[in-house]
Amino acid sequence: MKYAMSADREFLLPASRRFIFASLIIAVLLEWLPWHGWALAVRPDFVALLLLYWCTHKPHRIGIGSAWVLGILVDVADASLFGQHALAYSVLAFGGLVLNRRVQMFSLKEQSVHVFGLLLVSYAVYALVHWQVRGFVVWEYFIGSLTSALLWAPLTLLIQTLRRPRRNPNEL
Amino acid sequence: MLEDTRSLHFFNRGPSAIARLVFFSMLSLLLLFVDARYRYLESTRQVIAIIIYPLQRLTALPGELWQGAAEYISLQNYLVAHNEQLRLQHDADAARLKQFETLMNENAQLSALLEVKQRADYSVQAAHIVYLEHDIFKRKVLVDIGAQAGVQAGQAVIDNQGVVGQVTRTFPWLSEVTLVTDKDNVVPVQIVRNGLRAAVFGSGNTSEMELRYQPVGVDIEVGDELVTSGMDGTYPAALPVAKIISIERDPAYPFARIVCVPLAGVDRHRTLLVVAFTSPLPQRPPEDTTGAGTRSKRAVRRGAQ
Repeated sequence: MKYAMSADREFLLPASRRFIFASLIIAVLLEWLPWHGWALAVRPDFVALLLLYWCTHKPHRIGIGSAWVLGILVDVADASLFGQHALAYSVLAFGGLVLNRRVQMFSLKEQSVHVFGLLLVSYAVYALVHWQVRGFVVWEYFIGSLTSALLWAPLTLLIQTLRRPRRNPNEL
Repeated sequence: MLEDTRSLHFFNRGPSAIARLVFFSMLSLLLLFVDARYRYLESTRQVIAIIIYPLQRLTALPGELWQGAAEYISLQNYLVAHNEQLRLQHDADAARLKQFETLMNENAQLSALLEVKQRADYSVQAAHIVYLEHDIFKRKVLVDIGAQAGVQAGQAVIDNQGVVGQVTRTFPWLSEVTLVTDKDNVVPVQIVRNGLRAAVFGSGNTSEMELRYQPVGVDIEVGDELVTSGMDGTYPAALPVAKIISIERDPAYPFARIVCVPLAGVDRHRTLLVVAFTSPLPQRPPEDTTGAGTRSKRAVRRGAQ
Protein backbone atom coordinates (compact mmCIF):
# COMPACT_ATOMS: atom_id res chain seq x y z
CA MET A 1 0.00 0.00 0.00
CA LYS A 2 1.90 2.94 -1.33
CA TYR A 3 -0.55 5.63 -0.30
CA ALA A 4 -1.53 4.16 3.00
CA MET A 5 -0.68 6.40 5.87
CA SER A 6 -0.32 5.45 9.46
CA ALA A 7 -3.07 6.73 11.69
CA ASP A 8 -0.59 8.93 13.53
CA ARG A 9 0.59 10.75 10.45
CA GLU A 10 -2.94 11.36 9.24
CA PHE A 11 -3.62 13.44 12.29
CA LEU A 12 -0.50 15.48 11.82
CA LEU A 13 -1.42 16.60 8.33
CA PRO A 14 -1.52 20.37 8.11
CA ALA A 15 -4.75 22.28 7.66
CA SER A 16 -4.73 26.00 7.10
CA ARG A 17 -7.29 28.25 8.71
CA ARG A 18 -8.53 29.18 5.26
CA PHE A 19 -9.03 25.55 4.29
CA ILE A 20 -11.09 24.82 7.40
CA PHE A 21 -13.19 27.93 6.85
CA ALA A 22 -13.79 27.14 3.17
CA SER A 23 -14.80 23.57 3.94
CA LEU A 24 -17.36 24.73 6.50
CA ILE A 25 -18.78 27.33 4.09
CA ILE A 26 -19.15 24.67 1.40
CA ALA A 27 -20.95 22.45 3.90
CA VAL A 28 -23.38 25.26 4.71
CA LEU A 29 -24.00 25.92 1.01
CA LEU A 30 -24.69 22.21 0.43
CA GLU A 31 -27.21 22.34 3.21
CA TRP A 32 -28.98 25.31 1.60
CA LEU A 33 -29.49 23.58 -1.74
CA PRO A 34 -33.20 23.31 -2.46
CA TRP A 35 -33.81 19.89 -0.93
CA HIS A 36 -37.42 18.86 -0.63
CA GLY A 37 -39.69 15.84 -0.43
CA TRP A 38 -37.96 12.54 0.31
CA ALA A 39 -34.55 14.09 -0.42
CA LEU A 40 -35.11 16.38 2.55
CA ALA A 41 -35.69 13.38 4.81
CA VAL A 42 -32.50 11.61 3.77
CA ARG A 43 -30.44 14.78 3.46
CA PRO A 44 -27.21 14.30 5.38
CA ASP A 45 -26.27 17.10 7.75
CA PHE A 46 -23.09 18.28 6.03
CA VAL A 47 -22.39 20.99 8.56
CA ALA A 48 -22.56 18.53 11.44
CA LEU A 49 -20.25 16.11 9.63
CA LEU A 50 -17.65 18.76 8.83
CA LEU A 51 -17.80 20.10 12.36
CA LEU A 52 -17.28 16.64 13.75
CA TYR A 53 -14.40 16.05 11.38
CA TRP A 54 -12.55 19.18 12.46
CA CYS A 55 -13.40 18.65 16.13
CA THR A 56 -11.86 15.21 16.08
CA HIS A 57 -8.91 16.08 13.85
CA LYS A 58 -8.03 19.66 14.83
CA PRO A 59 -9.50 20.22 18.28
CA HIS A 60 -7.36 23.34 18.78
CA ARG A 61 -8.94 25.07 15.87
CA ILE A 62 -12.59 24.11 15.87
CA GLY A 63 -14.34 23.65 19.16
CA ILE A 64 -17.63 24.20 20.85
CA GLY A 65 -17.55 27.97 20.28
CA SER A 66 -17.21 27.68 16.50
CA ALA A 67 -19.91 25.02 16.47
CA TRP A 68 -22.22 27.38 18.29
CA VAL A 69 -21.65 30.27 15.86
CA LEU A 70 -22.20 27.95 12.89
CA GLY A 71 -25.39 26.70 14.53
CA ILE A 72 -26.72 30.26 14.79
CA LEU A 73 -26.06 30.80 11.06
CA VAL A 74 -27.91 27.62 10.17
CA ASP A 75 -30.76 28.62 12.50
CA VAL A 76 -31.29 31.84 10.60
CA ALA A 77 -31.14 30.16 7.20
CA ASP A 78 -33.55 27.41 8.25
CA ALA A 79 -35.88 29.82 10.05
CA SER A 80 -35.75 27.54 13.06
CA LEU A 81 -35.69 28.91 16.60
CA PHE A 82 -32.59 30.82 17.64
CA GLY A 83 -30.26 28.40 19.37
CA GLN A 84 -31.88 25.19 18.19
CA HIS A 85 -29.10 24.16 15.83
CA ALA A 86 -26.57 25.95 18.01
CA LEU A 87 -27.43 23.72 20.96
CA ALA A 88 -27.38 20.54 18.86
CA TYR A 89 -24.02 21.45 17.29
CA SER A 90 -22.47 22.39 20.65
CA VAL A 91 -23.36 18.97 22.00
CA LEU A 92 -21.98 17.39 18.83
CA ALA A 93 -18.72 19.35 19.08
CA PHE A 94 -18.33 18.26 22.68
CA GLY A 95 -18.79 14.67 21.56
CA GLY A 96 -16.16 15.24 18.89
CA LEU A 97 -13.66 16.61 21.39
CA VAL A 98 -14.21 13.65 23.66
CA LEU A 99 -13.86 11.26 20.74
CA ASN A 100 -10.68 12.99 19.53
CA ARG A 101 -8.29 10.76 21.48
CA ARG A 102 -10.18 7.60 20.69
CA VAL A 103 -10.83 8.05 16.99
CA GLN A 104 -7.13 7.77 16.18
CA MET A 105 -7.18 4.14 17.18
CA PHE A 106 -10.07 3.02 15.03
CA SER A 107 -10.53 2.25 11.35
CA LEU A 108 -12.92 4.34 9.30
CA LYS A 109 -15.66 1.72 9.63
CA GLU A 110 -15.44 1.73 13.39
CA GLN A 111 -15.28 5.52 13.41
CA SER A 112 -18.54 5.63 11.46
CA VAL A 113 -20.31 3.74 14.22
CA HIS A 114 -19.06 6.23 16.81
CA VAL A 115 -20.06 9.11 14.57
CA PHE A 116 -23.53 7.64 14.14
CA GLY A 117 -23.98 7.60 17.90
CA LEU A 118 -22.86 11.21 18.27
CA LEU A 119 -25.07 12.37 15.42
CA LEU A 120 -28.02 10.53 16.89
CA VAL A 121 -27.55 12.38 20.16
CA SER A 122 -27.30 15.73 18.37
CA TYR A 123 -30.39 14.96 16.25
CA ALA A 124 -32.23 13.94 19.40
CA VAL A 125 -31.35 17.27 21.03
CA TYR A 126 -32.75 19.14 18.03
CA ALA A 127 -35.93 17.04 17.95
CA LEU A 128 -36.33 17.36 21.72
CA VAL A 129 -36.26 21.15 21.54
CA HIS A 130 -38.79 21.05 18.70
CA TRP A 131 -41.00 18.70 20.68
CA GLN A 132 -40.84 20.97 23.72
CA VAL A 133 -41.77 24.06 21.73
CA ARG A 134 -44.14 22.79 19.07
CA GLY A 135 -45.32 19.54 20.65
CA PHE A 136 -44.64 16.99 17.93
CA VAL A 137 -41.77 15.09 16.34
CA VAL A 138 -41.32 13.97 12.73
CA TRP A 139 -39.62 10.60 13.00
CA GLU A 140 -38.32 10.61 9.40
CA TYR A 141 -35.97 13.34 10.59
CA PHE A 142 -33.72 10.73 12.22
CA ILE A 143 -33.00 9.03 8.86
CA GLY A 144 -30.66 11.97 8.28
CA SER A 145 -28.32 10.80 11.04
CA LEU A 146 -27.91 7.43 9.35
CA THR A 147 -27.12 8.89 5.91
CA SER A 148 -24.74 11.34 7.55
CA ALA A 149 -22.91 8.53 9.33
CA LEU A 150 -22.63 6.61 6.03
CA LEU A 151 -21.01 9.69 4.50
CA TRP A 152 -18.35 9.84 7.24
CA ALA A 153 -15.86 7.50 5.57
CA PRO A 154 -16.00 9.06 2.05
CA LEU A 155 -15.83 12.54 3.55
CA THR A 156 -12.81 11.71 5.71
CA LEU A 157 -11.00 10.22 2.72
CA LEU A 158 -11.84 13.23 0.56
CA ILE A 159 -10.63 15.81 3.05
CA GLN A 160 -7.51 13.84 3.84
CA THR A 161 -6.66 13.71 0.14
CA LEU A 162 -7.14 17.45 -0.07
CA ARG A 163 -4.99 18.05 2.99
CA ARG A 164 -2.12 15.88 1.81
CA PRO A 165 0.66 18.05 0.39
CA ARG A 166 0.94 17.83 -3.36
CA ARG A 167 3.91 15.93 -4.65
CA ASN A 168 6.43 17.75 -6.69
CA PRO A 169 6.03 16.33 -10.24
CA ASN A 170 9.77 16.69 -10.85
CA GLU A 171 10.59 14.47 -7.93
CA LEU A 172 11.76 11.01 -8.76
CA MET B 1 3.61 24.58 10.14
CA LEU B 2 5.12 23.90 13.53
CA GLU B 3 2.05 25.23 15.20
CA ASP B 4 -0.14 22.86 13.18
CA THR B 5 1.70 19.76 14.20
CA ARG B 6 1.93 20.26 17.91
CA SER B 7 0.28 17.63 20.04
CA LEU B 8 -2.40 18.28 22.62
CA HIS B 9 -1.33 20.38 25.55
CA PHE B 10 -2.74 19.22 28.79
CA PHE B 11 -2.29 22.54 30.48
CA ASN B 12 -3.04 26.11 29.69
CA ARG B 13 -5.86 25.41 27.26
CA GLY B 14 -8.44 27.81 28.60
CA PRO B 15 -11.66 26.54 30.11
CA SER B 16 -12.24 22.80 29.93
CA ALA B 17 -14.49 21.26 27.28
CA ILE B 18 -17.21 20.55 29.79
CA ALA B 19 -17.18 24.14 31.03
CA ARG B 20 -17.46 25.39 27.47
CA LEU B 21 -20.25 22.92 26.68
CA VAL B 22 -22.22 24.08 29.70
CA PHE B 23 -21.64 27.74 28.81
CA PHE B 24 -22.75 27.42 25.20
CA SER B 25 -25.66 25.16 26.08
CA MET B 26 -26.95 27.69 28.58
CA LEU B 27 -26.52 30.42 25.97
CA SER B 28 -28.49 28.36 23.43
CA LEU B 29 -31.23 27.57 25.91
CA LEU B 30 -31.49 31.24 26.86
CA LEU B 31 -31.79 32.24 23.21
CA LEU B 32 -34.34 29.49 22.63
CA PHE B 33 -36.40 30.65 25.56
CA VAL B 34 -36.29 34.30 24.52
CA ASP B 35 -37.07 33.49 20.90
CA ALA B 36 -39.90 31.06 21.60
CA ARG B 37 -41.55 33.14 24.31
CA TYR B 38 -40.99 36.77 23.50
CA ARG B 39 -39.81 37.04 19.89
CA TYR B 40 -37.34 39.80 20.80
CA LEU B 41 -34.73 38.60 18.34
CA GLU B 42 -36.49 39.32 15.04
CA SER B 43 -34.22 42.29 14.24
CA THR B 44 -31.05 40.26 14.89
CA ARG B 45 -32.44 37.53 12.69
CA GLN B 46 -33.10 40.05 9.92
CA VAL B 47 -29.56 41.43 10.06
CA ILE B 48 -28.06 37.95 9.77
CA ALA B 49 -30.57 37.10 7.04
CA ILE B 50 -29.37 40.08 4.96
CA ILE B 51 -25.75 39.02 5.38
CA ILE B 52 -26.36 35.48 4.19
CA TYR B 53 -28.87 36.43 1.48
CA PRO B 54 -26.32 36.49 -1.41
CA LEU B 55 -25.04 33.05 -0.43
CA GLN B 56 -28.55 31.69 -0.31
CA ARG B 57 -29.27 33.06 -3.77
CA LEU B 58 -26.09 31.37 -4.95
CA THR B 59 -27.32 27.96 -3.82
CA ALA B 60 -30.66 28.48 -5.53
CA LEU B 61 -28.93 29.39 -8.81
CA PRO B 62 -28.18 25.89 -10.21
CA GLY B 63 -31.82 24.89 -9.84
CA GLU B 64 -33.04 28.05 -11.52
CA LEU B 65 -30.58 27.67 -14.39
CA TRP B 66 -31.60 24.06 -14.89
CA GLN B 67 -35.26 24.97 -14.96
CA GLY B 68 -34.59 27.82 -17.38
CA ALA B 69 -32.71 25.49 -19.71
CA ALA B 70 -35.41 22.83 -19.46
CA GLU B 71 -38.09 25.36 -20.35
CA TYR B 72 -36.02 26.68 -23.24
CA ILE B 73 -35.66 23.31 -24.94
CA SER B 74 -39.18 22.04 -24.27
CA LEU B 75 -40.48 20.37 -27.38
CA GLN B 76 -42.41 22.30 -29.96
CA ASN B 77 -45.14 19.71 -30.39
CA TYR B 78 -45.77 19.85 -26.69
CA LEU B 79 -46.29 23.58 -27.03
CA VAL B 80 -48.63 23.09 -30.00
CA ALA B 81 -50.70 20.54 -28.12
CA HIS B 82 -50.74 22.73 -25.09
CA ASN B 83 -51.80 25.71 -27.17
CA GLU B 84 -54.65 23.71 -28.69
CA GLN B 85 -55.77 22.60 -25.27
CA LEU B 86 -55.68 26.17 -24.00
CA ARG B 87 -57.71 27.34 -27.00
CA LEU B 88 -60.41 24.78 -26.24
CA GLN B 89 -60.33 25.76 -22.62
CA HIS B 90 -60.62 29.39 -23.62
CA ASP B 91 -63.71 28.74 -25.74
CA ALA B 92 -65.35 26.83 -22.93
CA ASP B 93 -64.42 29.51 -20.44
CA ALA B 94 -65.68 32.30 -22.68
CA ALA B 95 -69.11 30.69 -22.77
CA ARG B 96 -69.15 30.37 -19.01
CA LEU B 97 -67.88 33.91 -18.65
CA LYS B 98 -70.92 35.20 -20.52
CA GLN B 99 -73.16 33.38 -18.08
CA PHE B 100 -71.11 34.74 -15.24
CA GLU B 101 -71.44 38.30 -16.51
CA THR B 102 -75.19 38.11 -16.59
CA LEU B 103 -75.14 36.64 -13.09
CA MET B 104 -72.86 39.45 -11.93
CA ASN B 105 -75.25 42.07 -13.27
CA GLU B 106 -78.16 40.35 -11.64
CA ASN B 107 -76.25 40.05 -8.39
CA ALA B 108 -75.25 43.72 -8.46
CA GLN B 109 -78.86 44.68 -8.86
CA LEU B 110 -80.00 42.42 -6.06
CA SER B 111 -77.21 43.67 -3.76
CA ALA B 112 -78.15 47.23 -4.45
CA LEU B 113 -81.72 46.36 -3.64
CA LEU B 114 -80.73 44.77 -0.36
CA GLU B 115 -78.20 47.53 0.42
CA VAL B 116 -75.58 44.93 1.08
CA LYS B 117 -72.12 46.33 1.45
CA GLN B 118 -69.92 45.41 -1.48
CA ARG B 119 -67.21 42.92 -0.79
CA ALA B 120 -63.83 44.56 -0.46
CA ASP B 121 -61.79 44.55 -3.62
CA TYR B 122 -58.22 43.46 -3.24
CA SER B 123 -55.10 43.80 -5.32
CA VAL B 124 -52.43 41.13 -5.66
CA GLN B 125 -48.67 41.05 -6.09
CA ALA B 126 -46.97 38.21 -7.91
CA ALA B 127 -44.15 36.48 -6.03
CA HIS B 128 -41.78 33.68 -6.98
CA ILE B 129 -40.87 30.91 -4.58
CA VAL B 130 -37.16 31.14 -3.84
CA TYR B 131 -36.69 28.35 -1.32
CA LEU B 132 -38.75 25.43 -0.26
CA GLU B 133 -38.81 24.34 3.33
CA HIS B 134 -35.39 23.58 4.77
CA ASP B 135 -36.79 21.84 7.76
CA ILE B 136 -38.73 18.62 7.57
CA PHE B 137 -40.83 19.71 10.55
CA LYS B 138 -42.31 22.68 8.75
CA ARG B 139 -44.36 23.53 5.70
CA LYS B 140 -42.94 26.90 4.81
CA VAL B 141 -41.60 28.55 1.67
CA LEU B 142 -39.73 31.78 1.10
CA VAL B 143 -40.87 34.11 -1.71
CA ASP B 144 -38.90 36.86 -3.39
CA ILE B 145 -40.82 39.96 -2.33
CA GLY B 146 -40.51 41.35 1.15
CA ALA B 147 -40.93 44.41 3.30
CA GLN B 148 -39.39 46.55 0.53
CA ALA B 149 -42.35 45.67 -1.70
CA GLY B 150 -44.82 46.47 1.04
CA VAL B 151 -45.55 42.92 2.17
CA GLN B 152 -46.68 42.61 5.76
CA ALA B 153 -46.93 39.60 8.01
CA GLY B 154 -50.50 38.34 8.04
CA GLN B 155 -51.25 38.82 4.36
CA ALA B 156 -52.89 35.91 2.58
CA VAL B 157 -51.11 34.09 -0.26
CA ILE B 158 -53.10 32.49 -3.08
CA ASP B 159 -52.58 30.93 -6.47
CA ASN B 160 -54.96 30.63 -9.39
CA GLN B 161 -56.90 27.84 -7.71
CA GLY B 162 -57.18 28.92 -4.10
CA VAL B 163 -55.53 29.74 -0.82
CA VAL B 164 -51.91 28.64 -0.44
CA GLY B 165 -51.04 30.15 2.92
CA GLN B 166 -50.21 33.24 4.84
CA VAL B 167 -47.16 35.50 5.18
CA THR B 168 -45.79 34.90 8.66
CA ARG B 169 -42.52 36.79 8.66
CA THR B 170 -41.03 39.42 6.38
CA PHE B 171 -37.43 40.20 5.58
CA PRO B 172 -36.35 43.18 3.43
CA TRP B 173 -36.32 41.14 0.20
CA LEU B 174 -37.93 37.90 1.24
CA SER B 175 -41.09 36.79 2.98
CA GLU B 176 -41.77 33.55 4.77
CA VAL B 177 -45.06 31.95 3.78
CA THR B 178 -46.58 29.31 6.04
CA LEU B 179 -48.63 26.95 3.91
CA VAL B 180 -52.19 26.07 4.85
CA THR B 181 -51.00 22.48 5.28
CA ASP B 182 -48.54 23.44 8.04
CA LYS B 183 -49.30 21.54 11.20
CA ASP B 184 -52.12 23.21 13.17
CA ASN B 185 -52.43 26.16 10.80
CA VAL B 186 -56.07 27.24 10.87
CA VAL B 187 -58.21 28.76 8.09
CA PRO B 188 -61.80 29.84 8.80
CA VAL B 189 -63.99 28.37 6.07
CA GLN B 190 -67.53 27.96 4.93
CA ILE B 191 -69.05 25.07 3.03
CA VAL B 192 -70.27 26.19 -0.36
CA ARG B 193 -73.27 23.83 -0.47
CA ASN B 194 -74.96 24.84 2.77
CA GLY B 195 -73.00 27.77 4.19
CA LEU B 196 -71.89 25.88 7.30
CA ARG B 197 -69.03 27.67 9.07
CA ALA B 198 -66.01 25.67 10.19
CA ALA B 199 -62.26 25.85 10.63
CA VAL B 200 -59.88 23.71 8.62
CA PHE B 201 -56.54 22.67 10.16
CA GLY B 202 -53.28 21.77 8.45
CA SER B 203 -52.00 18.27 9.15
CA GLY B 204 -48.29 18.73 8.42
CA ASN B 205 -48.73 16.60 5.30
CA THR B 206 -48.78 18.50 1.97
CA SER B 207 -51.83 16.75 0.55
CA GLU B 208 -54.06 16.64 3.60
CA MET B 209 -56.06 18.93 5.84
CA GLU B 210 -58.55 18.21 8.60
CA LEU B 211 -61.90 19.70 9.42
CA ARG B 212 -61.98 19.35 13.18
CA TYR B 213 -64.61 19.74 15.87
CA GLN B 214 -67.62 18.84 13.73
CA PRO B 215 -70.27 16.65 15.39
CA VAL B 216 -70.78 13.14 14.04
CA GLY B 217 -74.12 14.02 12.46
CA VAL B 218 -72.93 17.17 10.71
CA ASP B 219 -74.30 17.90 7.22
CA ILE B 220 -71.08 17.47 5.23
CA GLU B 221 -70.63 15.18 2.25
CA VAL B 222 -67.64 13.88 0.36
CA GLY B 223 -66.92 16.31 -2.49
CA ASP B 224 -68.10 19.42 -0.65
CA GLU B 225 -65.97 22.47 -1.36
CA LEU B 226 -64.71 24.75 1.37
CA VAL B 227 -64.17 28.46 0.73
CA THR B 228 -62.80 31.12 3.06
CA SER B 229 -65.54 32.76 5.08
CA GLY B 230 -63.70 36.09 5.30
CA MET B 231 -64.68 36.25 8.94
CA ASP B 232 -61.24 36.71 10.48
CA GLY B 233 -60.29 39.65 8.29
CA THR B 234 -57.11 37.86 7.17
CA TYR B 235 -58.35 36.01 4.14
CA PRO B 236 -60.70 37.67 1.68
CA ALA B 237 -64.05 35.88 1.48
CA ALA B 238 -64.96 33.16 -1.04
CA LEU B 239 -61.51 31.90 -2.01
CA PRO B 240 -61.49 28.12 -2.52
CA VAL B 241 -59.48 26.31 0.14
CA ALA B 242 -60.11 22.58 0.13
CA LYS B 243 -62.34 19.73 -0.90
CA ILE B 244 -63.62 16.95 1.36
CA ILE B 245 -62.31 13.51 0.41
CA SER B 246 -63.35 11.32 3.30
CA ILE B 247 -65.60 11.38 6.32
CA GLU B 248 -65.51 8.87 9.16
CA ARG B 249 -68.53 9.04 11.40
CA ASP B 250 -67.73 6.85 14.39
CA PRO B 251 -70.35 7.27 17.14
CA ALA B 252 -67.71 6.30 19.72
CA TYR B 253 -66.08 9.70 19.28
CA PRO B 254 -67.71 13.08 19.81
CA PHE B 255 -66.41 14.47 16.54
CA ALA B 256 -66.39 13.16 13.00
CA ARG B 257 -63.00 12.65 11.32
CA ILE B 258 -63.13 14.70 8.14
CA VAL B 259 -60.18 14.77 5.75
CA CYS B 260 -59.81 17.22 2.88
CA VAL B 261 -57.27 17.99 0.17
CA PRO B 262 -56.12 21.55 -0.49
CA LEU B 263 -57.40 22.87 -3.84
CA ALA B 264 -54.49 25.22 -4.45
CA GLY B 265 -51.27 23.73 -5.77
CA VAL B 266 -49.67 24.06 -2.37
CA ASP B 267 -46.65 22.03 -3.43
CA ARG B 268 -46.64 22.55 -7.19
CA HIS B 269 -46.25 26.12 -8.39
CA ARG B 270 -43.36 28.53 -8.63
CA THR B 271 -45.44 31.69 -8.77
CA LEU B 272 -47.85 32.77 -6.06
CA LEU B 273 -49.96 35.86 -5.47
CA VAL B 274 -49.71 37.86 -2.26
CA VAL B 275 -53.04 39.50 -1.52
CA ALA B 276 -52.88 43.11 -0.35
CA PHE B 277 -56.10 42.87 1.58
CA THR B 278 -56.90 45.45 4.17
CA SER B 279 -59.74 44.23 6.22
CA PRO B 280 -62.83 46.43 6.05
CA LEU B 281 -63.93 44.96 9.37
CA PRO B 282 -64.29 47.38 12.27
CA GLN B 283 -62.10 46.92 15.33
CA ARG B 284 -63.15 43.97 17.48
CA PRO B 285 -64.87 45.27 20.59
CA PRO B 286 -63.33 44.42 23.97
CA GLU B 287 -64.33 41.11 25.58
CA ASP B 288 -66.90 42.44 28.06
CA THR B 289 -69.14 44.10 25.52
CA THR B 290 -69.25 41.30 22.91
CA GLY B 291 -72.39 39.47 21.90
CA ALA B 292 -73.73 36.30 23.47
CA GLY B 293 -71.52 34.02 21.36
CA THR B 294 -68.20 35.14 22.84
CA ARG B 295 -69.35 36.46 26.17
CA SER B 296 -66.90 35.71 28.98
CA LYS B 297 -67.93 33.62 31.97
CA ARG B 298 -68.01 36.63 34.23
CA ALA B 299 -70.26 38.52 31.87
CA VAL B 300 -72.63 35.57 31.68
CA ARG B 301 -72.79 35.42 35.47
CA ARG B 302 -73.42 39.11 35.68
CA GLY B 303 -76.15 38.77 33.07
CA ALA B 304 -77.78 36.01 35.13
CA GLN B 305 -77.92 38.07 38.32
